[in-house]
Amino acid sequence: MNQLLSVGVDGVIYSAWLFTAALGLTLIYGVMKIVNVTHGSFYALGAYAGASITGAWLARGYPPMLSYAVLLGSALLVTLVVAPLIERAILRFMYAKDEVVILLITYALFLILEDVIKLVWGVNPYFIAEPYALLGSFSVAGLAYPTYNLILVALALVAGLGLAWILHSTRVGKLLLAVIHDPEISRAMGINVDRYYLVTFTFGSLLAALAGAYTAPTVSVVPGLGVEIIVLSFAVVVIGGLGSLPGAALGAVIVGVVRSLSVHYMPQVELFVIYFVMAMVLAFRPRGLFSLAEPRRI
Amino acid sequence: MKKLVVALVAAALAPVAAAQNVKIGVVTFLSGPAAAPFGVPAKNAAEFVVEALNAGKGPAPYTKRGFGGAAIEVVMLDEAGSTTTQVTEFRNLVQRANVDLVIGYVSSGNCLAIAPVAEELKKLVNFFDCGTPRIFEDGSYEYVFRTSPTATMDSVGAALYVKDAKPGVKSIAGINQNYAWGQDSWGDFELAMKMLVPSVETKTSQMPKLFAGQYNAEISALMSAKPDVIHSSFWNGDLEALILQGGPRGLMKQSLTILTTGETAMHKLGAQIPDGTVLGARGPFGPYAPNNAYNKWFHGGYVGKYKEEPNYASYQMAQAFLGVKLAWEKAQDASGGKRPTNEQVAAALKGSTFEGPGGTVRMAIGKGHQAIMETAYGQTRMAGGKLTVVNVKRYPAEQVNPPEGVKSSDWIKSGFKAK
Amino acid sequence: MTRDRTPLLIGVILVALLAGGAFLPQWAMFMVTIAIARGLVALGLMLLLRAGLVSFGQALYYCLGAYAAGALGRFFGISDIFAQMLAGAAAAGVAAFILGFLLAKYRGIFFGLLSLALSMILYGLLVKNEALGSTDGFNILPSTLFGIRPGPDWVRYAVLAAAAVVALLLALAVNRYLNTPLGRLAPAIKDNEIRVEYMGASARHAVHVMYVIAAVLAGVGGALAATTVGHIDPDMAFWTTSGEFIFITILAGTGSVVAPFAGALLYGVIHTTAYDLSPNTWQLSLGAALLLIIVFLPEGLWSLFPQRRWR
Repeated sequence: MNQLLSVGVDGVIYSAWLFTAALGLTLIYGVMKIVNVTHGSFYALGAYAGASITGAWLARGYPPMLSYAVLLGSALLVTLVVAPLIERAILRFMYAKDEVVILLITYALFLILEDVIKLVWGVNPYFIAEPYALLGSFSVAGLAYPTYNLILVALALVAGLGLAWILHSTRVGKLLLAVIHDPEISRAMGINVDRYYLVTFTFGSLLAALAGAYTAPTVSVVPGLGVEIIVLSFAVVVIGGLGSLPGAALGAVIVGVVRSLSVHYMPQVELFVIYFVMAMVLAFRPRGLFSLAEPRRI
Repeated sequence: MKKLVVALVAAALAPVAAAQNVKIGVVTFLSGPAAAPFGVPAKNAAEFVVEALNAGKGPAPYTKRGFGGAAIEVVMLDEAGSTTTQVTEFRNLVQRANVDLVIGYVSSGNCLAIAPVAEELKKLVNFFDCGTPRIFEDGSYEYVFRTSPTATMDSVGAALYVKDAKPGVKSIAGINQNYAWGQDSWGDFELAMKMLVPSVETKTSQMPKLFAGQYNAEISALMSAKPDVIHSSFWNGDLEALILQGGPRGLMKQSLTILTTGETAMHKLGAQIPDGTVLGARGPFGPYAPNNAYNKWFHGGYVGKYKEEPNYASYQMAQAFLGVKLAWEKAQDASGGKRPTNEQVAAALKGSTFEGPGGTVRMAIGKGHQAIMETAYGQTRMAGGKLTVVNVKRYPAEQVNPPEGVKSSDWIKSGFKAK
Repeated sequence: MTRDRTPLLIGVILVALLAGGAFLPQWAMFMVTIAIARGLVALGLMLLLRAGLVSFGQALYYCLGAYAAGALGRFFGISDIFAQMLAGAAAAGVAAFILGFLLAKYRGIFFGLLSLALSMILYGLLVKNEALGSTDGFNILPSTLFGIRPGPDWVRYAVLAAAAVVALLLALAVNRYLNTPLGRLAPAIKDNEIRVEYMGASARHAVHVMYVIAAVLAGVGGALAATTVGHIDPDMAFWTTSGEFIFITILAGTGSVVAPFAGALLYGVIHTTAYDLSPNTWQLSLGAALLLIIVFLPEGLWSLFPQRRWR
């Protein structure tokens, strides 16, 4: 029973992390219909910016309690600099192209950003241990968990619920839903679709950067950080259904719990269990668990 | 096509190099996750050693300038990328850049792929770091050498240390990366433990994906299992994440944790490593290096130039250069001062013994192509703000390396029988 | 209907490679052989692309082909290069036939992602398999041709010649296939699948066939690459390998069956140049090159040549 409880806690923590990481990807796909490989780059950018800026903050002796806000600020800063640049300078001209071509463009941008990160931050690992240890730990089933993990869970809840609220209860959100369903008609109705695309891309990337920044205190930030997250986010988003918010949540929970179970009871399959789940879901629900209705062309 | 040439013939050197330069290809990770823990420290070591040798400032018997009087010119290559890329670039290094020999390779997969290509192209290659014993156990080569011991030594040494440090050990567990290195390290360690302490039980073996980064669930599983000893061959980002995530949760306090490549994290993460953690340096390197003239020269010079400590990859690269230099000069003397061919250098390197900053290196197995050395493990203790190692135990080369002609796994299974 | 000049072009290239290949330096022969192997995979991808399907997991068959060739040597001691390619084709073909029943129903991004998932499952299985060396892989026996083992001076040319002959014959076959009714269905499926069904043809069947053909091509390419490099490892199934093939396909364009080979050669050159000139930032160079090509040459390399458009 104790074992199951710790499986549950581990599953929740991992799912929360996955959800925050994957949310931006599903949002961008839902609105812009592009599969955004630079998602991984923004995660890495958030992690590097968070680790280096917060590291400098702590080294100067400023209050460690504020480091959580510094992480937020770093993610915001790096996204606001890079995301609009990419969208306005390159992506904006490519929306008319095929889905796959846009994917390749984002893949090319990802490669470029990987080396840009290396040029700016170097290859040495960055780590900031203080924010992780500062909040102490809590105990479940006899095992100690750092309380910091609850921040990840809180972040996931805020991001998910916040986005859902924006989409369904605000005017901006409702217009966004219109853009999701039919960009052409929305444009005809006078909605500034281009601006919505810019905002969506920036916001989606910000979510990735936040996930990266808040993960930074728990790991050592090294090159290649972004690559792992791409495949994981894709798996989660595809399982849940591209473009669906509740889908991303459900996908994250499924993957998190399945992984947690396999780690505790069957460690040897952990390596490909996520792809297996992905393949299984796609085999029975070809468009993912919750998918957007799409019109058929006759 | 130009190659990025790091020309290390200092202008201050006496000119009139009537002897042509010796062009050496150096291959190691300049990008990606393996750059920080292995690639860059190795590259730094190579650059320091070459600079010192070219200035004639090596300790005896390495006092001659460069290799046998000819200055060394280094052609650096990034080891990142697929095996296909590495084989392509190795061929380019040999056939387009016309290097005299190659020193390099950290990744076992690359070593395995490059070995037959080196034989085909008849070019001497010295693997300085890769760990798999398969190279000389599965094949024999004339042009391929490795001046560092295999990973078998790390696992067997770890098991011996555990037996010494925790005589009543009842259970073990592992957390290793799920790829060849992690699988082999854990496999050898578990087997060795079972041979040394037959009653020992394996509680769990966690094998997360390489570069997973998030180990909360694995740590929970390990802590629930409550093993006496935890073994891990994690490196770089994963190692640091394990320390950062496991330390605050008390993982290392609950079980005796042995990190076979832990030395690379020692300097950056010192304050985060709980006291009593066992660190390995893949041999007598870093904190376990002997206090000989070579280590004084190497360590002092490296710290002076880079303002940071060399790690085991640096030591391995240094001794790779020194071993080849000695062989080159021996071959040159034997051929009356003429520039030696790869075949002559190979014959001189085979079965040789030489001294380096890590101590004695004996090319004793793999038909004289594979090195053996002693190994050492110790436990961490924070003393005066600096991380040191205490309870250091050394194990002689024959105790931790298989004898000539015997496969590592067979040797362990036989109960470490010497021939 | 205008005469299809492609068989002539293929013939010319084959003669040029066989005759001129002997005079190339060894490292160039190696690069051309690898380009031929990759070109085969890209050829298969091109077929699928014409139907609007992009497979992000083509590396699955490339890897299967390589391991089949390796297994032939390791377990049966056979090292004949044609046998290796045949084994690669067979392994890939059988796998694609079975998986095709699942995959042929999918379109668009889901086809891509499901194929990706399948290739990563193979990767995971291979990494777990310590008997096959896990991530270290294993070396493959040096090739023999019709029972003769070429000496070190001849081996590169021999492999290049064998590769060129097989690849260009396959290209010829594919070119023929494109002119059959089944082959002509691909652009129709891309445009409007429902109308295809109304016409009485089965889109699923056509896609299944195309998928198997693409897999067989990838399998042969994988076996060829394995024997040229001399080493096989699970990385050959990783998604970044699939990404390389897609890069090449887009680079080449869909203009002709010869385009993928030209694209693969160009990719090899760009890759090596990036390594040479900017070893610390080769990813940036590669990414920038891809971006420029997509932006300025959206139809791929082949659009630089005047086209006799076949559809």
